[in-house]
Amino acid sequence: MRIYVNGDKHEIQPGTLAAALEALGFGGRKIATAVNGRFVAAASRPATKLAEGDKVEIVAPMQGG
Amino acid sequence: MPFYGVELKSRLLLGTARYPSPKILGEAIQASGADVVTVSLRREAGPEQAGQSFWSLVRSLGVRVLPNTAGCHTVREAVTTAHMAREMFETPWIKLEVIRDDDTLQPDVFGLVEAARVLSEEGFEVFPYTIEDLAVADRLVEAGCRVLMPWGAPIGSARGLNNLYGLRALRAHFPDIPLVVDAGLGVPSHAAAAMELGYDAVLLNTAVAEAGDPVAMARAFALAIEAGHMAFKAKPMEPRDMAVPSTPMMGRAALGD
Repeated sequence: MRIYVNGDKHEIQPGTLAAALEALGFGGRKIATAVNGRFVAAASRPATKLAEGDKVEIVAPMQGG
Repeated sequence: MPFYGVELKSRLLLGTARYPSPKILGEAIQASGADVVTVSLRREAGPEQAGQSFWSLVRSLGVRVLPNTAGCHTVREAVTTAHMAREMFETPWIKLEVIRDDDTLQPDVFGLVEAARVLSEEGFEVFPYTIEDLAVADRLVEAGCRVLMPWGAPIGSARGLNNLYGLRALRAHFPDIPLVVDAGLGVPSHAAAAMELGYDAVLLNTAVAEAGDPVAMARAFALAIEAGHMAFKAKPMEPRDMAVPSTPMMGRAALGD
C-alpha cells in the first residue's frame, strides 16, 4: 500500500499508523502525528488504520522563534 | 504579572532558532536568564534525529517551553499544529501565529482571532503574536487570550518599536493583561524602550542568535530589559520643550560687571 510520509512516497504493509511508524523507524522517538491534516494523538495511533494514498505528517521538536 | 498563573523570574522570553551551534544556543539561554524559550515542530527528517537531540538540549537546561505555530497560514493548520505541540511538549501554552503576508510576516488577524477562540475553548493558553491594534487586541481578549504579544516590527527585521504610540495605547487600554513585545527588535535599547512603556516582557530571537557574539548579546538584552522595567517602576519624568537648569540658581556668586 502506498502512503505519503512527510511528502515522500512509501510502500508499507496495510495496517495502523502505529505499525507504520514502527516500520519506518520512528518507534520510541519524541514525535507528533497527523493524518490527512488531522491530529492523531499518540494514544490513538494503534487504532488509526491507514488507507491507500493517506498523507502522514510526522513532526519532532525543533528550534523556533 | 503572571502569565496564565505562572510567575516568571525573567522578563526575557528567548527564541531558539538561527544560532551558530547547539552549544552557543545553550550558553545564550543560560546567559539570558530566560526561564521560557520558544520552540517549534518540524518534519523529522530521518535517521539523524535532529529533533531528538535539540529536545535533549532544551530539557537539560530546565527551562519552560512555549511552542509556536510558526509558518501556519490558516486556522486549521494552526489548530492542528497546536494540538501536536500540546501533546509533544506537554503544555497548554501555545504561541499562536497565523501568518498572512510572507514579506512582512504580518499576522492574519482574522484567522488569528478565530484560531485563538477555537484553541481557548479547547483549554489552550494562547499567546497570540499580533499587531498593535486595539480592536484586534480586544477581539483576542474576547476570544479568551490572557496574554497579548504585539510585534515591535516585522520578525527578524531588527527595526525596533515601529509604533511607540500604538504600543503605549495598548498598554493603557489593557492594564491588567500581560503584554509582551514580540519580534522585530535589534538591539538592547529597543527592549529597554519596550519595558519603559510598561510592557511585562520581551520575546526575541534573531537579535541574539545572529549577533556576532550571541552569548554576550543575550546577557546585554537581559540587562536592558531589567533596566527598562526598573525605570518604568521608577516613574520617568515627562519630556519638556524648554531647558530647566539642574543646578540651583539661588546663591550663585555675582561675578559679572
